[in-house]
Amino acid sequence: MNEFVQSLRLWFAPQRIRAEGETPDYRFSLANERTFLAWIRTALALIGGGFAVDQFLPELSWGVRTGLALALLAAGVLCALRAVNHWVRCERAMRRGEDLPVSRFPTLLSVAVAVVALAMVVVVLFGWEGR
Amino acid sequence: MTAEERDPGLQPERTRLAWRRTTLSCTVVAVLAVKQALHGGATSAAVIALSLSALAWLGFLLVAHRRVQRMGSARPRPLEAAGAITAAACTVALAVFAAAMLF
Repeated sequence: MNEFVQSLRLWFAPQRIRAEGETPDYRFSLANERTFLAWIRTALALIGGGFAVDQFLPELSWGVRTGLALALLAAGVLCALRAVNHWVRCERAMRRGEDLPVSRFPTLLSVAVAVVALAMVVVVLFGWEGR
Repeated sequence: MTAEERDPGLQPERTRLAWRRTTLSCTVVAVLAVKQALHGGATSAAVIALSLSALAWLGFLLVAHRRVQRMGSARPRPLEAAGAITAAACTVALAVFAAAMLF
């Protein structure tokens, strides 16, 4: 938790990153940036999925539709916030010459996406008529 | 373009294309947001939701555009934290407006 507060502080005081360690090869920073963008795209895809559930499954009952849409939107928000956090931590680790941070977030996200997908299958197969 | 030696792995170009892809994804989400907002007719709430979503999209576009321009140099400087935070904030904003429009 302490580490999270530390990286949160880094978000809003970016000059602290610059103050530490040495500037890595610019190509490493660019690779980190592309990873960040890939996560942002994942977040955008989840948010788009949230919109799509609400717009393209009008036969579902309101509760199920809203629940699924909210789950996808929440996952998108988490993913975007985590993208910044991971980017900051990687940038700092590279400057300090430390190992890159490991994370269980990808696993959690895959499990969450799998659960939502299963819920969709169940809902579409059995709950289609429910209004 | 400078006369400096360019990276044979084309890292700046790849990063520029990554920004372009991400802008495209953001545009798709913004279009879905417009569709959602206008679903129930052009009420005042819909117009507000529409303008806020458009603002988030424009914010993202601005960050992406500035970053894409930077990628023209042979050795671009690393991404500023402000740019990363703005891009993520626009993404989160789109999700929050989407959630608000569900009700």
